[in-house]
Amino acid sequence: MTLMAMLALIISSTLVYSAPLIFTSIGGTFSERAGVVNVGLEGIMGMGAFAAVVFNLTFAGTLGAATPWLGLLAGAVVGLLFSLLHAVATVTLRADHVISGTVINLMAPALGVFLIKVLYGKGQTAPIAQDFGYASVPGLSKIPFLGQLFFEKTSGPAWLAILVAVISWYIIFKTKFGLRLRSVGENPQAADTLGLSVARLRYSGVMISGLLGGVGGAVVAQSISLNYSASTIVGQGFMAMAAMIFGRWNPIGALFASLFFGLSQSLAVVGAQLPGLNTIPSIWLQIAPYILTIIVLVFFFGKTRAPKADGVNYIKAA
Amino acid sequence: MTTQKNSLSVALFSVLFGLIIGAIIMLVFGYNPIAGYMALLGSAFGSMQDIGGVLTQMTPLILTALGFTVAQTAGFFNIGLSGQALAGWVGAVWYSLSFPDMPVYLMIPSALIIGAGLGALAGAIPGWLRAQFGASEVIVTIMMNYILLFLGNNILQNTMSKGIKESAETTKQVGANASLQMKWLTDLTQGSSISAGIFISLIMIVVVWFIMTKTTLGFEIRAVGLNPDAAKYAGMSAKRNAVVAMAISGGLAGLAGTIEGLGNYLNFFTQNGSPAIGFDGMAVALLGGGSYLGILGAAAILSILKIGGLGMPMSSGVPFELVDIVTASIIFFVGASYLIKLMQARIKAMDEKAAQTTKAKKLATVGSTNDSNQKDGE
Repeated sequence: MTLMAMLALIISSTLVYSAPLIFTSIGGTFSERAGVVNVGLEGIMGMGAFAAVVFNLTFAGTLGAATPWLGLLAGAVVGLLFSLLHAVATVTLRADHVISGTVINLMAPALGVFLIKVLYGKGQTAPIAQDFGYASVPGLSKIPFLGQLFFEKTSGPAWLAILVAVISWYIIFKTKFGLRLRSVGENPQAADTLGLSVARLRYSGVMISGLLGGVGGAVVAQSISLNYSASTIVGQGFMAMAAMIFGRWNPIGALFASLFFGLSQSLAVVGAQLPGLNTIPSIWLQIAPYILTIIVLVFFFGKTRAPKADGVNYIKAA
Repeated sequence: MTTQKNSLSVALFSVLFGLIIGAIIMLVFGYNPIAGYMALLGSAFGSMQDIGGVLTQMTPLILTALGFTVAQTAGFFNIGLSGQALAGWVGAVWYSLSFPDMPVYLMIPSALIIGAGLGALAGAIPGWLRAQFGASEVIVTIMMNYILLFLGNNILQNTMSKGIKESAETTKQVGANASLQMKWLTDLTQGSSISAGIFISLIMIVVVWFIMTKTTLGFEIRAVGLNPDAAKYAGMSAKRNAVVAMAISGGLAGLAGTIEGLGNYLNFFTQNGSPAIGFDGMAVALLGGGSYLGILGAAAILSILKIGGLGMPMSSGVPFELVDIVTASIIFFVGASYLIKLMQARIKAMDEKAAQTTKAKKLATVGSTNDSNQKDGE
């Protein structure tokens, strides 16, 4: 294998595995910037994956190649609806954020598999007919060298995710909505005094995390697993949370952290094809992403600062 | 996170609401909820074997729930119970298969200690990482679940010698010197896989209750959980107590896994995911509301759901996953206990208002408004 081919393989598989993490970690950023810890990202991704697969299986015949992209929308809508459970529990019913998030994680695979059994009569779906596969970005792929590495046979959703990261950074740090969102995550009392609705802003933060988490799950289902079962989402949601922390609650930081985790995940998959890595027992490549997550948390958590009122319920004085 | 103490009524209402949600889902998807729940009860209590099954299910859940509670008391949310249990399970089975000729009075205590010890180690690591570096134990324990899952499967598939394996995916059964099953219990429950583990679990409820409420160690763990700064000021080491609490928590989960290995399954086999006993144990602890007796009751309720759920697809066509949805809903209502407390406060307020109006009519004077009711929700 030539160096060029190796680089192209690593880059394209990194982008494939990063895309869901980018979407979801940015979702988590919105939620936590508003002061709601969202441990339920894993479950939200699961519901997004479920919705995308059902949509894909149902409409692939009529919609053709556009199906996976519309499947992202299906994942987004279902993810958003599912995240309302977390919003109602934490914002309105004052539940502990970690407990509520855990409920989301317990509920999602149970509900997903239950519905799959009701719809298809078995515990996992058939493979989807239309997946993202690899596409070339028109125009950009003609750039010499770089075009071949980054834009030829690449992952479409990954480039969409990078775009979303930039837009999210703008929204959180440069718009009025972003300022308000951050203020309820830092100091809800002050925000309330100034006439902002803490509850409404926190709901929107959680709902955006549901939307993006649903998209993240839909990406996993339609570019990696290609079907839905209880084991479609195995830890990507938690990895996205770690990426969010590593990225210091900043969408651009989350983007780079996700690319880093995507690289380590993809090495576990393509490592066997790469000279040097193929001598390492596969178990080490398999557990490397999880060990890296822990290492990153250990060395970076102390240096980062979560939004001040993250995970703290705001109870308005009666 | 502070320890959440629930009243019994919150737990009972949560179970009721969870079952109602389950019934609504069954109705929506065209199943008969009465038939569904009858099938559930039938397969949980239909025979002595079913009851044995419920007790077998309760055994590890009590231990993992105790583990969760100890960690929660120290201010930790231990989601890593599954991985810690798996560590104990693999370790204890591997150990007992490696020494088939060890006499039973040496084998069983040493296997239990090894299993619990491995779980304790797996629990102490995230405890130390948070105490020392501030790394969130929620994420670290979840990552460790995956690491331990892959390592456990890898040890089975690539490290264990061929001599102790039945196939590439399963170990041989542990010998009579390591089995926790007891003939009279097996006979009484018509061949269910109940074992002496249930007695170990019941004893551990008392032991953990004693340690946590009657000893200096327990007092320190509680103090650190309630207010680390105050505990430090009083001369207690927050770091040491954090690690000890997480080690006890992981040790209990490891013991649960050991009993799964030496009492329930009698072997270890390739796992597709982290053992459910970890997450279910967490649900038991949350439903039990931090009370040791509550854990026993909650373990019974969730085990009845689990074992009963196994019979639902056969006789009523309802997919097994329904009981997991019900369990998650129950925990939702436990978590959102504010809802239930608010309802109770509203009802109480209405009662008192009614009482006041009658009183007011009698005295023909205006009763003072009752402010205290609004604060009851807290």
